Amino acid sequence: MTDESLDQRKQNGLPEEPGNPYASHEPHPKVRSKTPRAHRFTPAMIKQACKDSFKKLDPRYLLHNPVMFVVEVGAILTTALLLRDLWVALAGGVAPSLGAGAWRTSLLFDAQITVWLWFTVLFANFAESVAEGRGKAQAEALRRTRTETVAKKIVGQNPDGSPRIERVAASSLRAGDLVWVETGDIIPSDGEIVEGIASVDESAITGESAPVIREAGGDRSAVTGGTRVLSDQIKVRIASNPGDTFLDRMIALVEGARRQKTPNEIALTVLLIGLTFVFLLAVATLEPFALYSGTVASLPVLVSLLVCLIPTTIGGLLSAIGIAGMDRLVRRNILAMSGRAVEAAGDVDVLLLDKTGTITLGNRMATRFIPAPGTTPEQLADAAQLASLADETPEGRSIVVLAKTEFGLRGRDLKQMGATFIPFSAQTRMSGVNLVQSGQGSTVREIRKGAAEAIEEYVRSKGGDFPPEVRATVDEVARGGGTPLVVAEGARVLGVIHLKDVVKGGIKERFAQLRRMGIKTVMVTGDNPLTAAAIAAEAGVDDFLAEARPETKLKLIRQYQAEGRLVAMTGDGTNDAPALAQADVGVAMNSGTQAAKEAGNMVDLDSNPTKLIEVVEIGKQLLMTRGSLTTFSIANDVAKYFAIIPALFSTTFPALGRLNVMALSSPQSAILSAVIFNALIIIALIPLALRGVGYRAVGAAALLRRNLLVYGVGGVIAPFIGIKLIDMLLSVLHLA
Amino acid sequence: MGALASNQLSWDVLQFAAFLVVLLAATPILGGYMARVFSGHKTLLDPVLRPVERLLYRLAGVDEKEDMDWKRYAAALLVFNGLGMLAVYLLQRVQGVLPLNPQGFGAVPRSLAFNTAASFVTNTNWQAYSGETTMSYLTQMMGLAVQNFLSAATGIAVALALIRGLVRRSARGIGNFWVDLTRSVLWVLLPLSLVLALVLVSQGVVQTLSPYRTVQTLEGGSQTLALGPVASQEAIKELGTNGGGFFNANSAHPFENPTPLTNFLEMLAIFLIPAALTYTFGNMVGDTRQGWTLLFAMLLLFGVTLAVAYTSERAGTPQLAALGVAAPTAMEGKEVRFGIGNSILFADVTTSASCGAVNAMHDSLTPLAGLVTLLNMMLGEVVFGGVGAGLYGILLFALLTVFIVGLMVGRTPEYLGKKIEPYEMKMATVGVLLPAVLILLGSAIAAVSKAGVSSLLNPGPHGLTEILYAFSSGSGNNGSAFAGLNANTLFYNLGIGLAMLGGRFGVILPVLAIAGSLAGKKAAPAGPGTFPTTGWLFTTVLAGVIVVLGALTFFPALSLGPIVEHLTMWAGR
Repeated sequence: MTDESLDQRKQNGLPEEPGNPYASHEPHPKVRSKTPRAHRFTPAMIKQACKDSFKKLDPRYLLHNPVMFVVEVGAILTTALLLRDLWVALAGGVAPSLGAGAWRTSLLFDAQITVWLWFTVLFANFAESVAEGRGKAQAEALRRTRTETVAKKIVGQNPDGSPRIERVAASSLRAGDLVWVETGDIIPSDGEIVEGIASVDESAITGESAPVIREAGGDRSAVTGGTRVLSDQIKVRIASNPGDTFLDRMIALVEGARRQKTPNEIALTVLLIGLTFVFLLAVATLEPFALYSGTVASLPVLVSLLVCLIPTTIGGLLSAIGIAGMDRLVRRNILAMSGRAVEAAGDVDVLLLDKTGTITLGNRMATRFIPAPGTTPEQLADAAQLASLADETPEGRSIVVLAKTEFGLRGRDLKQMGATFIPFSAQTRMSGVNLVQSGQGSTVREIRKGAAEAIEEYVRSKGGDFPPEVRATVDEVARGGGTPLVVAEGARVLGVIHLKDVVKGGIKERFAQLRRMGIKTVMVTGDNPLTAAAIAAEAGVDDFLAEARPETKLKLIRQYQAEGRLVAMTGDGTNDAPALAQADVGVAMNSGTQAAKEAGNMVDLDSNPTKLIEVVEIGKQLLMTRGSLTTFSIANDVAKYFAIIPALFSTTFPALGRLNVMALSSPQSAILSAVIFNALIIIALIPLALRGVGYRAVGAAALLRRNLLVYGVGGVIAPFIGIKLIDMLLSVLHLA
Repeated sequence: MGALASNQLSWDVLQFAAFLVVLLAATPILGGYMARVFSGHKTLLDPVLRPVERLLYRLAGVDEKEDMDWKRYAAALLVFNGLGMLAVYLLQRVQGVLPLNPQGFGAVPRSLAFNTAASFVTNTNWQAYSGETTMSYLTQMMGLAVQNFLSAATGIAVALALIRGLVRRSARGIGNFWVDLTRSVLWVLLPLSLVLALVLVSQGVVQTLSPYRTVQTLEGGSQTLALGPVASQEAIKELGTNGGGFFNANSAHPFENPTPLTNFLEMLAIFLIPAALTYTFGNMVGDTRQGWTLLFAMLLLFGVTLAVAYTSERAGTPQLAALGVAAPTAMEGKEVRFGIGNSILFADVTTSASCGAVNAMHDSLTPLAGLVTLLNMMLGEVVFGGVGAGLYGILLFALLTVFIVGLMVGRTPEYLGKKIEPYEMKMATVGVLLPAVLILLGSAIAAVSKAGVSSLLNPGPHGLTEILYAFSSGSGNNGSAFAGLNANTLFYNLGIGLAMLGGRFGVILPVLAIAGSLAGKKAAPAGPGTFPTTGWLFTTVLAGVIVVLGALTFFPALSLGPIVEHLTMWAGR
């Protein structure tokens, strides 16, 4: 639903539908943990991940990760050499050139290197598997809800005009079929309601147990397969073919089955391949240089050097970071249709935010009674309160509250007063109350409240007049950004209730934070420019688009994009669809229409427009985590050189021993320590990769300084300490 | 003695400072001028040069209004350089029958002619020959000196194309190669060379077409003095970061570099255009701080290498000191006229800037100073670097840096508003890593092949350093030689010739591809959320990435060459 149409409803005093996405949001939408979403790591998941780590050793699978593939090839090579040496030992005894003791040491060393090389690959696989684990568990839960249902397909019409129904399997439904769904039925597939209204339990998809209203026409006509109708009946036109339903896509997404590398991931992989290639060459050419220098480096040692140098840390964690990023979104009940969208979210520099529900509370509050000439404020308040006592809309409640706080008017028993509540209707565009004097039976008081035009028509029909002073008040209130609600009793206009938009608490700070992140906020509203400006100033947005229509929204997005900016927006109505498709990040509300959901590249299952801000943060975290671990990985290499190079050549060139700044106990132990550190660091960083590097809205320069210090400088220092500690441990255990 | 030594130290440091101050003062002047020239604004020289320029275009049938896309630009560049290489090759082969050959030199052998042609076309100016005993005056002037101008101008053109790629939005074209080339030569290289050549002549650099002269020495013997049109070639040798000496001794020769003033000017001339181009870049992208940031990253690296090399040279050779030789002990291979300070500054300048002119024998530097000259070339010749090549080289590193580090601010990395995506990463990775690949591969083959090792005059680690130096010099398009290696063999002529071509065009093509791709992109306006590519932080990080990538790639090889030499020398004290 666009802001405009919503405003229109408000102006007309239309009640909020229970399914209104804007109706029930706290100012600070904290992510509530929902039953099917809050998956923690269970021992079963860890076990599954361990199993998967071995399955992923398949070279064909590893080929998608070139860095780890190189490690695996290295591991295979050293394993082959080790087996050959063992074979020689078993068949013909000790290698001739070495003594038995030295030979055993060398075999032990090679064996340990081999084991740790395999561990390096396994740890990387484990990282990926663990990241996938949560999604897999979730997909399992979703699959369970997708039980085989029987659909009531409408095949024609009975003579009495009721639909003729044929029971078919839900999986046989094609797009365009019509089905009948009644109380208690599971909606067989995604579709659009063409007739009827129903309350639907969507907890299978959203995890939210409160039912929502779905009705034909308008912006809440979409239903999702797998959800259950709780009351009433609807006629649904199926919108997706089997295997292509929302639930199917959702399962595929959380499972990561269709995960493709994002552009940034590809660019990073290119860099990693380049580095791997150069290090491969640096190590491969070391052998000729060593030969020239009259020495030789053994293959396991060269492989160790290679594995330590190539960026295994980021190479091993790269896909885990991507999966975990998607997972973080899913846990916030957002489905991103592609990883590309998540990345784009990090780059967004303009946020288009709908005023209603995002910036202001979904409902307006009464703030003032402005009586007509000849009416006292108390009279107006009294009539307004009477007309609103039975009105359960937020506006109605707020009128009752205002009457109480301003004039001390307490609630009265309407039944005793013989009152009948006149609910809002689309024809009259008013609501109100009729009071009947006891015993008489005929109406004595008719109180109505509604939009100025509606009341004007009403009083004129009763032979009254609409006073120009009230007209002036109405205009004044509208100009100031408020909504005027006129109250009349019979033919007499009593005055105006000033309904005002209430800006959500804390939203101003949120926008200030976004500004520091370098993101511009633009409020989009159907209000006139004056009203919009007043609210924009109060909320602290950078800019606003007033009297927004779908076309102007689309134009604004294009304009920003032409300036080179990336735009994100939320929307739910069918007329939002073009803008959602045009925006770089379009978050469709799950409560919205099918068209909107298809146009956007994300769907928010909670239908909470404020969540866009969190989406941006998650996108940024994803990129930051990649960058930080890449920097860390490369910085690590410095220390590894100081461990391995002296160890390699200190027998030929004793002077090179001076480079052994860590004072590692022996060449073997130095190399082994570097390899072990290299493997363990992957495990150690898995939590960081899954959690993501913390994002703070402090501006790029400050963020860079901080992260450079932690991951750049830290990345240089950490391995010096780590390798030394491992070396000490190895010496104590007599492993090298 | 101690007082003298510390006196010397303060003089040296003072001179280093004076050098940098003059350089920094000249940067915005020349840089601003070049920005005007290449943006098509009016300059003082226009009344004289515009008619010449127009005439040239008419003769060559060039439409100066044409805006070339990157492929067309690259094709023009390759064809032009290909023809240039062919011309230099043929000239050498037939110089025996051509005029201006007073010494009657015959045809240059095929492999050497190939090597020399590749060398001068790629702005390397690696010389596997001795100029005074191989090349006729005609070859020197029409072949080598002409390429000195054209190869430098080609470098500037590529840098300009990349700048345009960064500046333009949603465009296809990256400029016109012919215009960039012509304007570089006419407006920048020729006027500067003219002025410098005149100053050099005034200081005693020879400029003549007369044959070599035999003179009576003081001892009564006779000596042949090689002469030639030196000054004219000397100026562009430095200004174009070419480095090919007229004589074998290069700038150590008194006829090429007679006085302290010429020495100072020659060093300055080497850094002049590369430094100024950073300013031109900043000016053209609309933010001079961007240019200064690159320049300061270069200066930071230069300062560190200079300090290391100078300290090592002053420390000298402990073994000589033990024999009672008075400090300085590291004078072997250096001109006494220049001493340690001026030799080291020149060595660091020439290897940083991909020039290759030398005024001291790098082979004789202490191992650590030798390591510095070697590393300067291995880092990809981006510390000032070759004319134009240094700028586009460091811009490739800037792209890599922005990509690696820029992710840490949580945005798709962008440089000057242009997003860096897989295509740019692919090209930048190739451009940065290809020279390293060539160095490692070439050296490894040389180190284990008979043809490679038999050229060595020194065994052991020093010999390995000589091999590494030769291929680094070639791939980095530097052209300085470490000596101690007989490079005029089929193996080295071909190997280094190919390394030079690969190191030049294997970088230029990716750079042009990036320019084309960037030009087609929209630019995102900078804001508080964008990664700042100015300021000390980026300066340091950029320098850090250059060092770490270079060091990581070459540390194993270097550890078996200069590092072990250094450690052994001091361990054996």
